[in-house]
Amino acid sequence: MTRQRAGIAWGALGVLAVMALWELYKALGPAEGFVVGAIAGKTGSGVMLLPRTNDRAMPHIWDMVARLFQSTSGGDTPPLIVPVVTACLTTLGIVAVGWLIGVTVGLLLGLVMQRWRLAEWGLLPWIVVSQTVPLIAFAPILASIGSQVDRAGSIPWPQWLSVAIIASYLAFFPVAVGVLRGLEAPDRIHLDLMRTYAAGYWQTLLSLRLPAAVPHLLPALRLAAASAVVGAVVAEVSIGMRGGIGRMLIQLAGQGSSDPAAPWGPTFGSIALGLVAAGTVALIGFGLRNYRRGEATS
Amino acid sequence: MRHSTRRLLTVASVVAISSLALSACSAPAEDTGSASGDFEPITDISLQLQWLPQAQFAGYYVALDKGYFEDEGFDNVDIIPSGGDIVPQDALVAGDVDFAVAWVPKVLGTLEATGAELTDIAQVFQKSGTLQVSFKGDGVADVADFEGKRIGSWGFGNEWEIFAAMAADGLDASSVSITTQDFSMNALLDGDVDAAQAMTYNEWAQILEVVNPATGKLYQPGDFDVVSYEDTEGAMLQDAIWADTARLDDPAYADAAVRFLKAVTKGWIFARDNPEEAASITYDAAVNAEAAFPVGPVHQTWQMNEVNKLIWAGGDFGLVDQAAWDKTVAGALAAVNQDGINLISGEPADSAYSNEYIKKALEELAAEGMTVGGEYTPIDVVLTEGGQ
Repeated sequence: MTRQRAGIAWGALGVLAVMALWELYKALGPAEGFVVGAIAGKTGSGVMLLPRTNDRAMPHIWDMVARLFQSTSGGDTPPLIVPVVTACLTTLGIVAVGWLIGVTVGLLLGLVMQRWRLAEWGLLPWIVVSQTVPLIAFAPILASIGSQVDRAGSIPWPQWLSVAIIASYLAFFPVAVGVLRGLEAPDRIHLDLMRTYAAGYWQTLLSLRLPAAVPHLLPALRLAAASAVVGAVVAEVSIGMRGGIGRMLIQLAGQGSSDPAAPWGPTFGSIALGLVAAGTVALIGFGLRNYRRGEATS
Repeated sequence: MRHSTRRLLTVASVVAISSLALSACSAPAEDTGSASGDFEPITDISLQLQWLPQAQFAGYYVALDKGYFEDEGFDNVDIIPSGGDIVPQDALVAGDVDFAVAWVPKVLGTLEATGAELTDIAQVFQKSGTLQVSFKGDGVADVADFEGKRIGSWGFGNEWEIFAAMAADGLDASSVSITTQDFSMNALLDGDVDAAQAMTYNEWAQILEVVNPATGKLYQPGDFDVVSYEDTEGAMLQDAIWADTARLDDPAYADAAVRFLKAVTKGWIFARDNPEEAASITYDAAVNAEAAFPVGPVHQTWQMNEVNKLIWAGGDFGLVDQAAWDKTVAGALAAVNQDGINLISGEPADSAYSNEYIKKALEELAAEGMTVGGEYTPIDVVLTEGGQ
């Protein structure tokens, strides 16, 4: 219990430290930044070493927080925090779908690759290469395929499904690799023991390999959750899905000159989103705690 | 709930009225032309915008809100905003939408690059609304002053007026440093560029919604030098409604195009005569229906006012002016970007624009007693900090 309390205290201290650092730099740093190698009369020359601290670049923390409770777009619109939370929940739902798809695909790939060495040789390089495809190039193509399938009429393909698939595209990778490593984790001696029992593949899988894979699987799931959040936010922006936090962020950023504190609302929202996603996965780890003996308790 | 009930009622009444009309005369209601006649009228259409919902697109949202689309026999009109993620002409070519709003030079570039065929069926904006804004005293009061300066542009095809204007001034694109700016005006305010690109109806207002640290009050137009591309050889036609050329051979689609243009024209006429209400309708649509985050109501009224100035330039609504078209094409042919690439290398196809559909729509509206042309009388809009 005390350990938990200490954890919370350290977490809060970290947040406070970031806030203090922000305000400290804002107070002491150069308002127009620090540039070296600038040529007089040549706008934009030189390299900026220290970022600007003016109110457009770095609003005060209290301004950002106050902005959360001011009307979103003037008029009768609700305080900014309301659409931020709504947008976060929308994105969280998509992240969850993307995470589930990614984890399922990752698990299957891991199982197949462990079962047949040939599959590992054939698939693993492609799985690694898949992560080098830039999302912003891939997202619009998928969205376009989706809208064509949807227009064809027989299979409904809403826009959020494209976002979820892109999220899963990032999420499956750590799971596939983690599961593969995890399934191969049991000691030779344990495998030999299973063989002496004349246990088949499925029996070995269920009673030895899968339990042994848990310590590898849990961090992979957490990574997958974080990747799914990143994937969903990027995909929302690049395919222009309305309603999520990514689109909100980009839209408010466009108004950053006259309303610099506004884009920080959805920024905080997406941070909270990532924490919630990773935290939810931690709950799964709690459920599987019996299998985590080999893992360093964290 | 209230909204959907109202929509349901409207749909029901439209269905009722049109079925009455159909049963009254044995032939289908024959006021939209199309001699061949035998087709099922299209009742569901979609329109792709080129940006987020804002007063720039007031006419379409007003038509939706006031039921003008229903009046023309459409049950379901889907207006799809874009945040720069969807390229309207690409969406139209791909068949994702039925009509699209896009700038003429961008579409000309796409048509030449892909070989696709689209037709400008209504030239909504008759004038260019692009500006190049710099702080007074920085010496960028004219296109000729661009030489050696750092000029901001959004890219994505928004830069061609700059290159066309420079070409007309004999300036080589390599003599100017073109920098991509984001959609806020920070690049100018922070001094990252000498002159930033701005639309009269949007970013220009955004600058004027910022507090000038020197005075403690909002920036004033007098604090800036403004190059308006409309006054240069680089001026190009902007917001136009595009249709799929091949589909226009289908009488049902051609008929839908005319009906669609009628509704849209009515929307823009309403926006001309009631700029404040039109701005507020668009703002409400953006906030409620689209889950968008428009800049506040004052900003939208400013935008409505400026957009009206670009639309109602004296002639009839939406007609493609041959001279302005030729100027756009000439500019597009002359413009060379910083990579030495031309926007287009040859004249666009004759099918790239047609006044046939808008003329038919205007005739029918004029017969209904509407004033489909003329000038707009600007209103005074006082901007506030942040536009709220």
